[in-house]
Amino acid sequence: MESLIGGLVAAPLLGAAVLLTGGRRLDRSGHWLGTALAGLSFVFAAVLFFDMLGKDAEERTLTSHLFSWVPVEGFQADVAFQLDQLSMTFVLLVTSVGSLIHLYSVGYMAHDERRRRFFGYLNLFMGAMLLLVLADNYLLLYVGWEGVGLASFLLIGFWQHKPSAATAAKKAFIVNRVGDVGLAIAIFLMFTTFGSFAFSAVLDEQVAAGAGQATLTGIGLMLLLAACGKSAQVPLQSWLGDAMEGPTPVSALIHAATMVTAGVYLVVRSADIFNLTPDAQLVVTIVGAASLLFGAFVACAKDDIKKSLAGSTMSQIGYMMLAAGLGPIGYVFAIMHLVTHGFFKAGLFLGAGSVMHAMNDEVDMRRYGALRRHMPVTFVTFGLAYLAIIGFPGLSGFFSKDEIIYAAFAKGGTQGWILGGVTLLGAALTAYYMTRMMLLTFFGEKRWQPDAAGREPHPHEAPRVMTIPMIVLAVGSVGAGAYFSLGERFAHWLEPVTGLGHEEAPLSHGMVSLAATAVMLIGVAGAWAQYGRRPVPLVAPAGRWVTRAARRDLLQDDFNHAVLVRPGNYLTRGLVYVDHKLVDGVVNGTAAAFGGLSGRLRRVQNGFARSYAVSMFGGAAVLVAATLLMRAV
Amino acid sequence: MSFPLLTATAVAPALGAVVTAAVPSARRTAAKWTALAFSLITVGLAAAVLIRFEPGGDRYQLTESHSWIADFGVRYELGVDGIAVAMVALTAVIVPFLIGAGWNDADHAQDAPAARRWRPTQGFFALILMVEAMVVMSFMATDVFLFYIFFEAMLIPLYFLIGGFGDRAGEHPESEQAKQRSYAAVKFLLYNLAGGLVMLAAVIGLYVVAADDLAGGGTFSLQTLVEARASGELTFAESTERWLFLGFFFAFAIKAPLWPVHTWLPNAMGESTAPVAVLITAVVDKVGTFAMLRFCLGLFPEASVWATPVVLVLALVSIVYGALLALGQRDMKRLIAYASISHFGFIILGIFAMTSQGQSGATLYMINHGVATAALMLVAGFLISRRGSRLIGDYGGVQKTAPLLAGTFLVAGLATLSLPGTGPFVSEFLVLVGTFSRYPVAGIVACTGIVLAALYVLILYQRTMTGPVTEAAGKMRDLRPRELAVVTPLIALLIFLGVFPKPLTDIVNPAVNHTMSDVGKTDPAPAELEARK
Amino acid sequence: MSPENYLYLSALLFTIGACGVLIRRNAIVVFMCIELMLNAANLALVAFSRMHGNLDGQIAAFFVMVVAAAEVVVGLAIIVMLYRSRHSASVDDASLMKL
Repeated sequence: MESLIGGLVAAPLLGAAVLLTGGRRLDRSGHWLGTALAGLSFVFAAVLFFDMLGKDAEERTLTSHLFSWVPVEGFQADVAFQLDQLSMTFVLLVTSVGSLIHLYSVGYMAHDERRRRFFGYLNLFMGAMLLLVLADNYLLLYVGWEGVGLASFLLIGFWQHKPSAATAAKKAFIVNRVGDVGLAIAIFLMFTTFGSFAFSAVLDEQVAAGAGQATLTGIGLMLLLAACGKSAQVPLQSWLGDAMEGPTPVSALIHAATMVTAGVYLVVRSADIFNLTPDAQLVVTIVGAASLLFGAFVACAKDDIKKSLAGSTMSQIGYMMLAAGLGPIGYVFAIMHLVTHGFFKAGLFLGAGSVMHAMNDEVDMRRYGALRRHMPVTFVTFGLAYLAIIGFPGLSGFFSKDEIIYAAFAKGGTQGWILGGVTLLGAALTAYYMTRMMLLTFFGEKRWQPDAAGREPHPHEAPRVMTIPMIVLAVGSVGAGAYFSLGERFAHWLEPVTGLGHEEAPLSHGMVSLAATAVMLIGVAGAWAQYGRRPVPLVAPAGRWVTRAARRDLLQDDFNHAVLVRPGNYLTRGLVYVDHKLVDGVVNGTAAAFGGLSGRLRRVQNGFARSYAVSMFGGAAVLVAATLLMRAV
Repeated sequence: MSFPLLTATAVAPALGAVVTAAVPSARRTAAKWTALAFSLITVGLAAAVLIRFEPGGDRYQLTESHSWIADFGVRYELGVDGIAVAMVALTAVIVPFLIGAGWNDADHAQDAPAARRWRPTQGFFALILMVEAMVVMSFMATDVFLFYIFFEAMLIPLYFLIGGFGDRAGEHPESEQAKQRSYAAVKFLLYNLAGGLVMLAAVIGLYVVAADDLAGGGTFSLQTLVEARASGELTFAESTERWLFLGFFFAFAIKAPLWPVHTWLPNAMGESTAPVAVLITAVVDKVGTFAMLRFCLGLFPEASVWATPVVLVLALVSIVYGALLALGQRDMKRLIAYASISHFGFIILGIFAMTSQGQSGATLYMINHGVATAALMLVAGFLISRRGSRLIGDYGGVQKTAPLLAGTFLVAGLATLSLPGTGPFVSEFLVLVGTFSRYPVAGIVACTGIVLAALYVLILYQRTMTGPVTEAAGKMRDLRPRELAVVTPLIALLIFLGVFPKPLTDIVNPAVNHTMSDVGKTDPAPAELEARK
Repeated sequence: MSPENYLYLSALLFTIGACGVLIRRNAIVVFMCIELMLNAANLALVAFSRMHGNLDGQIAAFFVMVVAAAEVVVGLAIIVMLYRSRHSASVDDASLMKL
């Protein structure tokens, strides 16, 4: 069984290697090869999963040591895997959603001449993501961590001829790099504190307790910084919206379902450290709450369907992060929301991709409308995912989100009320922006416009290779939550890894559900009042300053530009000047000084033999005089 | 007496240089093949050294020792430790790729009528082989004076390589490029000669002190000196040791190059052809950092510890300053040069962090940086040869018309920014961990280099390779088979070193342990384990 | 007669020679002045030899004479060549070697 873990990672990596180096020969079959290897990886995962189910809860962890990676005196990094329930959850999510999206991409990218490369990148992403969740030490996790960042960079910038895509790709990589530095420093701290960064050595409450509180908080905050970068949480959120420049399947897989949730994985994986440092935990919840609202506000204002979904992703990950910050009462539900979110958000993105496909790649929702009759499958699957995300009772989002809201209240005290209020507000906003999206896209009258080339859109349903993944994901969106919650199945599954806390909240479960449903209905009603009853203008009204700010992503780019980019440019230009004029100037100045001096001295050599003779005699006279003088003294 | 393998490894390229230079003027293809053949023979000999070397054995192996100038105790002493073996292997491996990449670089000089008599193609390859021979020799010399001779002598062929061969065909000797190139060559020479002069004084000083203390009279033998130091037979007065250290360090810092004596490198790399630029930064500069490990730390451990704070600050300045300046460059070769300055900062940081991880990391860094920069610079050279311009702004959209060129450029760039899975990541991480465990603040400051590296590499990639296809890129040819044959193995090597660096660390680790015990330092123990005791 | 007088004479001759070298422009005269200086040195050497009672000085004087003879040969040849090419024997005209 252990060797299957290696195969799980190796299959997509092999696919990436073959597809990216295979050349034109593979242009015609490459996408099927990529899909098959992703599917193979899913089969391995399923086998491992059923094997795991057959064991006792405490003995389910599998380890697999492949080879010694960087052996240096006092420093041991291995390529070794650890598969426990948490990893298994991710492996199943990544391979299942990943395989579906490979399948979808076969249709979506059918007309792209570089499709083979696209599948190579997708496979690379899957391999790196599996490496990330299967690593048994933080350094190998770091490899997967940057690996998914690389895949994300390549896929966001897949249409490299568009300057906006190339810029977005670069931005994503660099913002992520800032987060990666956090992970690197966390590893340094672990190494200097524990002499190791293997999970088995660090993630043990007794070992961790031996370290000072300040060190633990430092490690926690640095891990959080890394998580913020990867999961697009405040303050490193700015790359996610731009990342929507990538092809839509990429947005679905990487920037909604899997990669962006890696930050949550990191925090939950490091539970043993976070449990000991309430300060870091508090910061995690604050970041989660801030991102939750930030993303929701942005999602409310955007007219670009993908950017609105991106804001929503950020907001939903904010929920997960908040839950992860609550400690053992939240870990399980963070992961549960992560899984259900993986299903419904991927479904939403695939639906959005299907719509764009039909509308000549138009992304402005104000130019959609009345698509439900033209694209029935997309409408139904998108609609089910929509109901799931807003937390319609009985669907996935309802179960996972309510648990998080309940856990937030259970935090207790003023903090509990604030966090609970934020999560409820978030729920209302979620309902609002998702209803808005639904109404603008599928209801109302046609507002279709010809594209830049003057072609009228002729919406049609997507081919079957695209609708099948959408249907499967819709099923997941509907059923997963109820299945997981029945008899706390999911909680018991994860409990051996994350622990499970029970705290009494000031509100009962029933009241939380009622409140959540109520705010959801308020949100839906608000959106309907604004977009359902009235005709939608083709150009967005100017709006108040809040709307304008939200449209500009709450001025995040303006802020970064003013605080980082512009001073950075000045600094760079200044240093180039300094290097040229000052550092080099000193050297050139010395050279010039010697040059000038020798120019002067040269004049003494006038070429007249007699003047040389004078200097000779003069020199001789001086020597004689000096000798006599020395004698005399 | 056994076969003098080390001497043979150095003699092979030197012989190659002579033979290549002797090829008749009209047979320039024959000259290229001759040079390539001799560089491959050197690879074979270096491989033999690698195989014969036992990682767990004596510190210096395959030693050769002959008296040379008996009156001054100068000996012809060669020997390799794990670090030297790795460096010799790097040099031997890189050079054939340079010859392959520079296959036609000198031909246009031959076509110029005035230059017909000096056989530039033959000269170009002969000089490259000459540099290789001298670099290999300086890695293997365990006699300080012998090392000094080759350390200085390699400047001569390099001077001609920088000054004599440029990017452009048929340029006028009075043109701006030619002037810039001659400026770069002179600057390179003067900088390095100045360093060498100071070092010569220190070498003589070392001899004088040794002649006073040692029973056997003055000597330049590294092993004898280090052993005498360890046994207490040889003692330096504190100030003497510091002055001698500074003399050596100054020369090595210029060669490395360390801020603020770095400004010769951008000129030299910018003006010379891509293979020569690689030769300078990937091979020759490594002699500087290598010598810091072997001579500064080996001979003057106390002074090294004394100088550590200042050196660390200079290294940190190099890291950040080099990266920021790379960001501000419009010329891609100069950009790579400044990036190299940043990377040399990392190497020196690792050496002077005085931890096993730092020094192992620094040694691996030398190898990985050599390979990564070679790949990046050579691909940049291929790009430049297509358009004749070094300015980043003259390109754009290359990815569309020359995807292989863009792809290899990206992979080499990612290796330069130390992406995990490529060799440089392993070494950079080790350097940072090693630095952090002793100097946390320095480790964190150095981390800014990680982010800045991503910035300059990706901005370079974005500006040249992505975006709409520009006029320049429209007619661009993708990589030719020869060019692909040069780049592919380098990239494969980078990935191999990133995934499975164990063979390399196994060789390097024992040598690093020796250096650590020379300096008398041990790694800081993990805080939590300390607390538990 | 005390040998010191020879030394005074030698110094006088040397000074005359030196002044001639510095003042005169004609290469032949300068040349003769140089010969005069050499012979002044010879005189001093011989005088010292006499004073110290050994032959070292005289041997040195012979060396000087040999060198002077060789010098005359080369120097006169150069002067003749100079005169041929520039039709003047002035030393100031031959300043071509300056940078």
